[in-house]
Amino acid sequence: MIARIVSPRVFRGLLPAFSLTVILIAIFYLQPRAMSYFGLNLLLNLALPIAFATLAQMCVITVNDLDLGIGAYVGFVACVSATWLNDQPAIGLLILAGCIVAYGALGALIHLRNLPSIVVTLGMSFFWLGLALLVLPTPGGKAPDWVRAIMTFKTPGVPMTIYAASAVALLVHFGLKRSAYGVVLRGVGGNPRSVERAGWSVLRAKVTMYALAGFFGVMSGISLIGLTTAADANIALRYTLLSIAGVILGGGEFVGGRISPIGAVLGAMTLTLAGSFLSFMRISPDWQIGAQGGILIVVLALRAIINRTEARQSR
Amino acid sequence: MSDLPETIVILDGVEKAFGAVRALDGVNMLVSSGECLGIVGHNGAGKSTLMNILAGTQAPGAGSVSFNNNAGSDAGVRAHSVSEAHAQGVRCVFQELSLCPNLTVAENARIFHPGVKGWRWRRQASDLILDRLNEIFPGHGIQTDDLVGDLSIAKRQMVEIARAFTVVDTPLRLVILDEPTSSLDAVIAQQLLDQVRRFVGTGGSCILISHLLEEILDTSDRILVMRDGRVVDGRSAGAFTRQSLVEAMGSVAKDRDRKAARFASRRAAGEPLISTHPTGHKSGTKLDAYKGEIVGLAGLSGHGQTETLVRVFADLKKSGSDVALVAGDRQNDGVFPIWSICQNIGIGSLRGLLKHGLLDREAERNLAELWREKIAIRTPDVDNNILSLSGGNQQKALFARAFGSPAEIILMDDPMRGVDIGTKQEVYQMIREQAAAGRTFIWYTTEMDELHHCDHVYVFRNGTIAADLARDEVTEQKVLHASFEAAS
Repeated sequence: MIARIVSPRVFRGLLPAFSLTVILIAIFYLQPRAMSYFGLNLLLNLALPIAFATLAQMCVITVNDLDLGIGAYVGFVACVSATWLNDQPAIGLLILAGCIVAYGALGALIHLRNLPSIVVTLGMSFFWLGLALLVLPTPGGKAPDWVRAIMTFKTPGVPMTIYAASAVALLVHFGLKRSAYGVVLRGVGGNPRSVERAGWSVLRAKVTMYALAGFFGVMSGISLIGLTTAADANIALRYTLLSIAGVILGGGEFVGGRISPIGAVLGAMTLTLAGSFLSFMRISPDWQIGAQGGILIVVLALRAIINRTEARQSR
Repeated sequence: MSDLPETIVILDGVEKAFGAVRALDGVNMLVSSGECLGIVGHNGAGKSTLMNILAGTQAPGAGSVSFNNNAGSDAGVRAHSVSEAHAQGVRCVFQELSLCPNLTVAENARIFHPGVKGWRWRRQASDLILDRLNEIFPGHGIQTDDLVGDLSIAKRQMVEIARAFTVVDTPLRLVILDEPTSSLDAVIAQQLLDQVRRFVGTGGSCILISHLLEEILDTSDRILVMRDGRVVDGRSAGAFTRQSLVEAMGSVAKDRDRKAARFASRRAAGEPLISTHPTGHKSGTKLDAYKGEIVGLAGLSGHGQTETLVRVFADLKKSGSDVALVAGDRQNDGVFPIWSICQNIGIGSLRGLLKHGLLDREAERNLAELWREKIAIRTPDVDNNILSLSGGNQQKALFARAFGSPAEIILMDDPMRGVDIGTKQEVYQMIREQAAAGRTFIWYTTEMDELHHCDHVYVFRNGTIAADLARDEVTEQKVLHASFEAAS
């Protein structure tokens, strides 16, 4: 029994929480004033949109694909939210629903034509960017008041971001890891032939996961606009790589359907905090991206070590 | 259960072809309730294809598969799909493992049964699979929340077998076991075979495919022997002996005396060019190859031949010998799919095609043209994409790559998979000429006929050499016997 509790598998599951804790402690050590409601709010301000984008990416990674268009897509959603959704909410909602359908269709196309998802989504990223520029050629627009109100709502105890992120993480965890159909969705990543042989539609699973990714992309764009109040077509381009890093940091793997929704949200938060941490360290922004890469390498190295001990134990 | 056996499934003239290869050539078969049907045959006899058709994962090219429903309804239902086969109570344990490694044991059970759902599905799936595991493999030591990827191969196989015997909402009538004991030890294999007998005893039926003839003889009620996509013999298990099964699997003796008479061993003098143990062993019979010899590796597939070839290749490379490998798995290990035929051939001898340190396109083209001529690659232009060729001609290009290179030793990993008979004859001729010119060949093949082109044949079993035959000693009987020695 004890062997089961201290098994590498448990360590692997705890690693994302561990990384987040370490970076939080480091920040509090460097800047004790951050240890307050206001401080946390500032630190985690942008964590929610990144967490949503990471969940979107995770959905695609679950079925062994990769989405290189999520950043541009979130940017497009932000532009639509700052224009149509504010001016004519009905049309705005319709466009956003259309986006989700388009994502589902993308999944169908990739599966049916057996196309590499990287190529298709990379192409789509230019499509979304172009659309965003059409909607909003220059930075501007205005976030709908209700979005603004939700995103700046003052919750008791800890900032809203933490409540929202925990709720979403638990919800997705339940949907993918605990529900009966979630098993099939993850099974497609593990061994699509086996799922097909059991009589399930792999097409349906892929469309579901891509549509979910589209949905979380919409959530990411709307929450982002609620924080920034105005939009820009390029606002979220870096989300593509951030989201991939977040999934991997959260214990997910590129292939094989091994994912963790809670880990992904923790990974997104770790990445958000890593930026602040590096600022506190007075590392110039020029070096920050490199330093973020360094943090990623450290965490992945830790995971590799855990995996290796696991392999040794099972031998 | 009823006393009178009912028909479960009838196959009528089922055919299936993959390109030029006829995997199934008109198979008729009938399975009744309460019987265990054993199927034996050499590699490529069509057993696995037949099972795929029964399980609905492949559609038959011709002929019909009809299931007979219970309760006197004689309306046959043609199995079009997996779900239909599943609804008819057909379960299949495939040769390659078909569990999702990223899911737990219980979750894999859930994938298998759409009927397991609702709030308590975890508990239900967990109980379902655990009950079966306990029943079939007492003391299995598997937890239902273990990730399948963390289990050993044998335990995965046990989970997969137990899963096939679970019942939720559709009845279970026919369980197909394709080489189920290949990764199980003797005790667990016996537990499985006992389960088969128990299941058959309650009116279910089983199809058991195995290369272990004792297993088949002891467990089955009736045995079908397959060869070249046909059922060539079918009798009750009692009517067969080990000997007669092996005989039935082999084809009729061919007239090879003429060839045999001309055989002269090259082994009388000189040192072997290669002398090694099969991979993973330090003792036992050695594999020797002398200059100018064609050495054949035989035996059932997956008994260490490919591993040995790859190892020999790596060793020779390390020691600086010129060696080339002709891959059998064309798509994965052979062709560069976006390159031209010319580039695909030239890659084998790049060093010889250099001019001032750069690749000489002209020389590469000449080499390709030379071999197009010699080996008759059917293409109007060697600059065409390699995939514009038929499978057999793609394989010829791969031979041209090896033959065109300066390699002294050429290793071949079952290179004739899916190649039509005409192409084969041309390539055999080429191999003999090349050997006569002093090249050495090590040739792993799963086709009995090809062994007669070899000067020396090593039969592999369980990673060791079970028999060492010179050309004049090679007979199908001997090779089959060595491949199918009693399980230890």
